[in-house]
Amino acid sequence: MTPLLEVTDLEAGYGPVQVLRGMSFTVDAGETVVILGANGAGKTTTIRAISGMIVTKGSVIVDGTSVGGKKPEEIVRRGVAHVPQGRGTFVDLTVEENLRLGAFTRKDADIAADMDHWYEVFPRLQERRDQVAGGMSGGEQQMLAIARAAMSRPRLLLLDEPSLGLAPLVTQELFRQLQMLNQEDGMALLVVEQNANLALSIAERGYVLEAGTIVVSGSAAELQADESVRKAYLGI
Amino acid sequence: MELFFQQVINGIQSGAIYAALALAIVLVFRSTSILNFAQGEIAMFSTFVAWQLQDAGLPIALAILGAMVVSVVGGAIIEVTIIRPVGNENPLAIVIVTIGLFIAINALAGWVYGTDGRTFPRIFSNDPLVEWGDVSLTGETTGIVGILLVVVGLLYLLFQKTKVGLAMRAVSSNAESARLVGIRIGRILMLGWGLAAALGALAGSLAAPQLSLSQNLMLSVLVYSFAAATLGGFDSPLGAVVGGLIVGITQNLAGQYIDFFDGFELASAFLLILIVLLVRPQGLFGSKVVTRV
Repeated sequence: MTPLLEVTDLEAGYGPVQVLRGMSFTVDAGETVVILGANGAGKTTTIRAISGMIVTKGSVIVDGTSVGGKKPEEIVRRGVAHVPQGRGTFVDLTVEENLRLGAFTRKDADIAADMDHWYEVFPRLQERRDQVAGGMSGGEQQMLAIARAAMSRPRLLLLDEPSLGLAPLVTQELFRQLQMLNQEDGMALLVVEQNANLALSIAERGYVLEAGTIVVSGSAAELQADESVRKAYLGI
Repeated sequence: MELFFQQVINGIQSGAIYAALALAIVLVFRSTSILNFAQGEIAMFSTFVAWQLQDAGLPIALAILGAMVVSVVGGAIIEVTIIRPVGNENPLAIVIVTIGLFIAINALAGWVYGTDGRTFPRIFSNDPLVEWGDVSLTGETTGIVGILLVVVGLLYLLFQKTKVGLAMRAVSSNAESARLVGIRIGRILMLGWGLAAALGALAGSLAAPQLSLSQNLMLSVLVYSFAAATLGGFDSPLGAVVGGLIVGITQNLAGQYIDFFDGFELASAFLLILIVLLVRPQGLFGSKVVTRV
C-alpha cells in the first residue's frame, strides 16, 4: 500500500539558515503519527514545508501526487489541512464564520451538516457560534482551529504544537478529542509536539527529529520504551 | 441660524463624497495594511474616463458606471503590476511606491488632458428640492447622499452575505490562515484594489461638477478623506462614512464661521487628524484587536 503522505529527503529553511537537512518519513491513511523534537529541531518547519508555506527541496507526495512547490491554497485542495502553531483563527470573525471559511474549498451540499457535526463534537463552539473567535480562551480557540481545519474534509490533518499554552487538563481533553477525530472520522493525523507523553499515547508511530534529520523511528510503544527517548523527551 | 443649517446641509453633501473616497482607502487598508496615497489620483483619472465616455455621447450616469467598470480592471492591474512586486515586508517602501504612483498619475493626467479645468456634467439638478425659509436642500445633495447609502448597503451585503466577501474579511483578518483554508489571496487583493478604484471613480465623478475637472481635482478631497478615515478608524467602513460626514460638516462650518485666516477649511482637516491621533489613535470605530492566548 502506498502511504498517504510520503516525504523523502526534505530540505527547507529560512533564507541562508537551513533547518531541515534531508528528512524522510511516511504517514499512512487513517494513521496517527507524532514527530518529537526539542525547540529548534525543525518541527514547525516540517509542517510548514508540507503545507507549502515555505520553499523546499526534496519530494513531498500526497496520495501518489507530488505537491512539492505547490502553494498552500492548492495543497489544502489535495486533502491536507494545517492547524498552525498559535492556532491561526480569524480572531475578529465569529466562530461560525471561521467554520464556514474552513469549508471554503468545498462546493457540496453537506457543509451545514458538517458544521452541526463539529458543534456536537465541540459543544463550546456551538455556545459561542456568534461570538468573535478572539474573545475565546486558548483551549476554545484550539478546538476552533481544529474544527475549522476539519471542515475542509481533509484526509490528513497537520497539527503544530496543539498543546502550546494550554493548561494540562485542557490539553488532555484536546488529545482525547483528537483521538476521536482519528478513530471516528478516519482522518490521518501528523502531530508535532513537545508534550511527548501525551502525543505518544494517541499515536501509532513516531519519529524523533534532531537538528533537521530523523534520528529515531518506531512504533509508539517502541519509542516509549527507548532509553534515549525516555531521557530526552519523556522526562523519566 | 439658517446659515448654520445651510452649511450643515452643504457639509453633508461634501461629506458624502469624502466618505466614498475614505471607503476606498479603508477597503485597501483592511485587506493589505497599505495606506494608498494614490487613491485620490486614481479616482481623478477614473473621472477623466467618465468624462471621456460622456463626451463620446453616453448619458452621464452610464458614463460614470462605465468608468467604475474600467476602474475595477485598472485597480486590479495596479495591484498586480506595481504593488504586489514590492511585497509587504517593508511598509516604508510601499508608502514611497504609492506616493510615486500619486505623482505619476497626476503628471500623466496633465500630459494627456492638459492643465485647464473642464466642466463635468451634473447627474442631479442643483435646484432646490425642498426649501425651509432660506435653507434649501438641493436635488444634488439628496442624490449624492442617496448614492452613498446605496453603496454602503451594497458593500454591507457583499461583506456579510457573500462567500467572496467573507474571504475578503478573512484575508484582512489573517492572510496566512486565509491561504491555509484555500483562499487564493492574490485574486482577493486584486478585487479589493479594483473595488476601491470603482469607489474612487464614483467619488471623483460626484465631486467634479462643483470643483471642475482637472488633474488637481482630488488633491483636497484626498486630505479630507484621509481625515475622515483617521477619524472613523482605518479598518472600519462604518467609521469612514461617519468620519466623512463629520469632516464635511466641520469643513463647511469652519469655512463659514472662522475667518481670522484664509484657508482654515483645509486646516480644519489636519487639526482633526491631529486631535484624533492624540486622543484616540484607532479612531472612533477602529479596532485594537484583542487576542487571548
